[in-house]
Amino acid sequence: MKKILIIILFLNTFCNHAYSIEPEIFVQSTVDRASKILAKNISKQEKINGLKIIAKETVDIKGISFYSLGSTRKLLNDSQKEVYINLFQNYFLKSFSSRLSEYTNPKIIVRSKKIINKNYTIVNSTLTGTSERPEIKIDWRVYTKNPDNPLIRDLIIEGLSLVRTQKEEFASILNSNDGDINALFKSLEDFTKN
Amino acid sequence: MLKKLTIMIISVLLLAFNANAGSDGELVLNKNQPDKTRDCFENLNRATFAFNQGLDKTIIKPIAKGYSNLPAPIQKATSNATRNLSNLITIPNNILQGDIKTAMINTGRLTINTTAGLLGTIDVANKMGFPKYEKEDYGQTLGAWGIGPGCYLVLPILGPSTIRDTAGSFVNALGGDPWYNASVDGNNEFLSESAFLASKAISGIDFRSNNLNSFDNLEKNSIDFYASIRSLYLQDRQNKVENNKRGSVDVLYKDDEDWEEIDNQ
Repeated sequence: MKKILIIILFLNTFCNHAYSIEPEIFVQSTVDRASKILAKNISKQEKINGLKIIAKETVDIKGISFYSLGSTRKLLNDSQKEVYINLFQNYFLKSFSSRLSEYTNPKIIVRSKKIINKNYTIVNSTLTGTSERPEIKIDWRVYTKNPDNPLIRDLIIEGLSLVRTQKEEFASILNSNDGDINALFKSLEDFTKN
Repeated sequence: MLKKLTIMIISVLLLAFNANAGSDGELVLNKNQPDKTRDCFENLNRATFAFNQGLDKTIIKPIAKGYSNLPAPIQKATSNATRNLSNLITIPNNILQGDIKTAMINTGRLTINTTAGLLGTIDVANKMGFPKYEKEDYGQTLGAWGIGPGCYLVLPILGPSTIRDTAGSFVNALGGDPWYNASVDGNNEFLSESAFLASKAISGIDFRSNNLNSFDNLEKNSIDFYASIRSLYLQDRQNKVENNKRGSVDVLYKDDEDWEEIDNQ
């Protein structure tokens, strides 16, 4: 009985710590996975599919979807929320993978990190420059509330937040349509179809 | 004289309008937050934006593409030369912002690059280990003095701006840009207005050429390209006004209430 207890205690301790991932290692492994896909000699569509899988696993898509909606999220009923999350996920995955698939074998090097609080760490990295583009600084906002499963919540490229840009883009569409959420749904749907 | 007076009057009127436009003028004037910057002239701005996009597609982008095919050393030399000229605006703004040390460094940089660097085509100062060059302008100085951006503006040809930044640009023509003074206002046989305009055009083409893929990518993946550009421009100006360095989390996440609320749902 004592042995069983020790084993359980050991496993519990092991499980609690073995899978805790440091944010900078999480970011580096994520970009390495993406780089491998982009460097492969496969079709663009296959690359996009591979990138979508990585995004689903590493990005807090649901959280970003609600953040991007701003205060309008409080006005949605449950069925609208369901429709929105679904539309946003399709939009996000297409937009994200399409942006990345333009790069061939990008080299991103993690430089440092700054722990903001128990929920957030900023990981600083650089996209190595080439003859066609200068070096680009990319900071990753990693949500670390669950240390076993960190998630990316924002990319800050040369000081410009993509999530903030997304939020302001959605706000603009809503403002232009008297706050009608269906107008945003249509824009997201059109983007995904095209 | 009349031309300068007109420009000055327009600048003052714009600032005055900015201060009185709408009930939350005080809020807009006192804060440098991109999401608080109002798009007071959105319909006009969108029309100007569409015009600029047409101009970009038919004239500017093809020229930028041609420029990007020039040998890399020529592009580098051109880019260095236009950056070197921008020191003439940066230095007085360093002083106006009370940053005398940087003003002295940039004066040294300008002197070395203009002489040893063959009119700025070679960045000798960088090779000598000078600190990284950061451009400053009168819009940034007004921002540093606490004046908010005011309404967002899209200018024909020149693109995104704000009332404050536009007013700041007028200062160049009012004696704030030594390069403008020497080429446009100066009575000398070596420089003329065309030299000034050519330098500005080259600077613009150089910028566009460096961002060909980024803009294409952004346009292709935006559901409202106008709003994306507006957001990015305002964020960038906020960073520049506040001299934010990368990873400055205080600036990036002032509005974390949204995230907190989402987490607590």
